[in-house]
Amino acid sequence: MAIRRGRGVAAINYPTGMNLGGDPTQALVHSTPTGNFMVTLSSVDLGQGMKQIMAQICAETIGVPTDRVVIDTADTDTGPHCMGTFASRGTHRAGNAVIQAAKEARQVMLEVAAEELEVNASDLETDGQGNIQVKGAPQKSISIFDVALSAHFKRGRSISGRGMFLIPRSYPEKETGAMKPSTCYAHACTVAEVEVDDETGEVTVLTVKNVFEIGRALNPKMVEQQLVGGSWMGISHALYETTEPYYPNRDHGGTDFNQYLMPGPGDLAQTEITVLERPSADGPFGAKGPGEMCANPQIPAVANAVFDAVGVRIDTLPITPERILRALKAQAAG
Amino acid sequence: MAKVPVQFTLNGSEKAEFIESGTTLLNALRDKIGDTSPKGGCHQGTCGACSVIIDGELRLSCLTLAETCNGADIKTTAGLAEGGVLHPLQRAFLDAFATQCGFCTPGMIMAAKVLLDRTPNPSRDDVVEALSGNICRCTGYEPIIQAVLTAARANSQNAA
Ligand code: FES
Ligand code: FES
Repeated sequence: MAIRRGRGVAAINYPTGMNLGGDPTQALVHSTPTGNFMVTLSSVDLGQGMKQIMAQICAETIGVPTDRVVIDTADTDTGPHCMGTFASRGTHRAGNAVIQAAKEARQVMLEVAAEELEVNASDLETDGQGNIQVKGAPQKSISIFDVALSAHFKRGRSISGRGMFLIPRSYPEKETGAMKPSTCYAHACTVAEVEVDDETGEVTVLTVKNVFEIGRALNPKMVEQQLVGGSWMGISHALYETTEPYYPNRDHGGTDFNQYLMPGPGDLAQTEITVLERPSADGPFGAKGPGEMCANPQIPAVANAVFDAVGVRIDTLPITPERILRALKAQAAG
Repeated sequence: MAKVPVQFTLNGSEKAEFIESGTTLLNALRDKIGDTSPKGGCHQGTCGACSVIIDGELRLSCLTLAETCNGADIKTTAGLAEGGVLHPLQRAFLDAFATQCGFCTPGMIMAAKVLLDRTPNPSRDDVVEALSGNICRCTGYEPIIQAVLTAARANSQNAA
């Protein structure tokens, strides 16, 4: 009986969103009378940073500072339609919709500015600080504040735009079942090192080294935050979490946090994160979806590491001490 | 059920309420007094999201009856900032990106505050131990541990 060490590697391709029914998300953008911009969405920010990213995307597209943008993700009853926040789709799907809406709003904004400055809208540019100026003659400029006032009180224009993301629905081919489930894939690879106690079946994850290819990190600190938390969650899924430990039998499912186990601050593996950026052609500023994707590769990597350590293949999750001991027993029985 | 009077100090100000006998401190704070900084994650003492400080001790407000708090000095995360300036722990949590959905954050900060009040220069193990009764779904804990260590360093620099 001994503590045995193993190392496992796994790589994944992960679709961003899914194209059932075209995976639609819509966005509306409008300016307030003071030249702030509202983005209305039904996509929910559940802590992953949707509001911050959408504000950045909208601000970059219109050409204003990020703090001039307010994100309203209030209500799926009244907001523009969104399929939801899942499948790593938020940044990519809602981001594309916001870019389209923001472009339309920017065009109206430039048209109003052009009337005020008596120039062509195509000769105007934004300075990123809240002003619109004539290309090559920045002294001829107007603040977006004044443009919004003019639109609202003088010219009767709505500085607003509509945007949507929709991809053609893909049906499986009758013969082969082949289909195109998504437009854009993120990638990840994890190497996990574990110790397995072959007497108790207990697994300790010593290190996880993750590489994530996520298109483009629109907010690198928030991406890192997602990836660190996701890597932890992947280990949690690999070793601890389940609502039905004897699925399909529903008995013995955890009913509270005493029984539904997750690793706590004392059970952390040493974690490394590396981000690779290969901008996606159809992503907002090249982004793909890192959210759910990042909690996947740890699971097969840990399973492979357990195999490397004690020579048994556990193909049911989570990889509990019980499953390991049963497999070891079966192995010994030949 | 009969109403009972309770009176305590919450973040330095006197509170007096009539509550249903048997009301938890968590529900009294959130529903009666309007301090929603303690969160109800499990209501049975297993997640730590409802943690508050009662007379200097870390307590789970979901397992504490409000009527047992007469005369107590209660502190919650809502009372940490002074004059619009965040407490060093709050600052450190923000800077370390140690919060995502934020549901665990007030409980984590309360647990960390009790630790730092007693152990101004904690080791990493001290921090892990202090946070071990608090569950976080989002962060993977490491950013939270780092935030607490950073706040401790900031405190000791200020003291020096
Ligand atoms: S709500 Fe009190 S410990 Fe979970
Ligand atoms: S930040 Fe979401 S539970 Fe900790």
